[in-house]
Amino acid sequence: MADTFELEIATPDRLVLKETVAEAQIPGKDGFLGILAGHAPLLSELASGMLTYTLDGRKYYLAVHRGFLEVMPHKTRVLAETAERADEIDVERARQALERAQRRLAQVTPGINIARALNALYRAQARLDCASHRQ
Amino acid sequence: MPSLIDLRRRIRSVKNTQQITRAMKLVSAAKLRKAQDRVLSARPYSQLLREMLSSVAAATRGVEGAGDALLEIRPEKRIQLVLITGEKGLAGSFNSALIKAAQNFLEEHAGSQVVLELVGKKGRDFFRKRRPEISGELVGALNNVKYADAQALAQAAIERFRAGEIDAVYLLYTEFRSVVSRRIRVDRVLPAELPEGQAAADYIYEQPPADLLGQLLPRYVEFAVFQAMLESVAAEHAARMTAMDAATSNAAEMIEKLTLYMNRVRQASITKEIIEVVSGAAAAE
Repeated sequence: MADTFELEIATPDRLVLKETVAEAQIPGKDGFLGILAGHAPLLSELASGMLTYTLDGRKYYLAVHRGFLEVMPHKTRVLAETAERADEIDVERARQALERAQRRLAQVTPGINIARALNALYRAQARLDCASHRQ
Repeated sequence: MPSLIDLRRRIRSVKNTQQITRAMKLVSAAKLRKAQDRVLSARPYSQLLREMLSSVAAATRGVEGAGDALLEIRPEKRIQLVLITGEKGLAGSFNSALIKAAQNFLEEHAGSQVVLELVGKKGRDFFRKRRPEISGELVGALNNVKYADAQALAQAAIERFRAGEIDAVYLLYTEFRSVVSRRIRVDRVLPAELPEGQAAADYIYEQPPADLLGQLLPRYVEFAVFQAMLESVAAEHAARMTAMDAATSNAAEMIEKLTLYMNRVRQASITKEIIEVVSGAAAAE
């Protein structure tokens, strides 16, 4: 491998990850961003989705939800509201959350916060996608 | 003179109290450690958020129409005060100092209308009957601080601020500095203040900086509330630990004094008996 860079993922609760990685795929708001060492400085919003990174030829998966990312040539930092590694995800809970959100969106009655339901939907979907890549 | 039995009872009662205060101290110490860990693990996020915000702020500075609604400074006619107290008492002056600070705040801002938002049972119990303008309360949340709780509180405040119902939001809480040192802080979270500083680099912005700022600012406010809650919980446990430590050593002191007194009483009664026996024998001779 040519060069590596540092990937840091923080949530309000904890520092989820601080690792020297070779490559990362990050879900930006306007599409996935593939990051390699030496990337030009960049700031973006983060979307809900699956973040993958490669370390020693192995791929790792994380589910991230809402936040921001900052890319510097030798360091990429991700601020997320929630972030979990694939093996930390509670699949059953995510599935239930997904169904609940879908139900809410299927029959919109007053008093239902659509933005919140959509948010929950994306978060659950990201978790499930990510969990399916569990080793 | 109290009887020996009374003194023994008294000593036993103080010992029981001492056992309780010692147990509470140990529990607080364990909880403090956990709370402290949480404060520390929120630091990386905090630092990163601040740095991003200052970069984005630098990029939007001077740009026409980039000012966000959350930055707008209006005359403070209606103020929301978020008061974060403890859930429980027996923490020395922790809660009373906060309540006093809140009353001072109310006096200082007597010219404007202050609406209270009460987090923690102690502050709620105190102000519920005394103040009519209470926008909300959050009781029990501090036993397990969750980001979602802080977020909901902050979102509600942001909406009210946007709608013009309130002109400023202040946080009143105890900052945790170390186990022995705490400080009460009053922070203004809305209108938000942008950190000074230059952009760390010449960034490519995936979204226009003004949009990013619009997204970052609410997160910044949410996080300020979250962090205040974490700090307050750590400070509360530290205060309780110190208070219970003092109570335990006071009890020890009291036991020592009472034991000394009890021995003196016992000795006096023995002496009295000997005198009685001796004088009885002398009278018989």
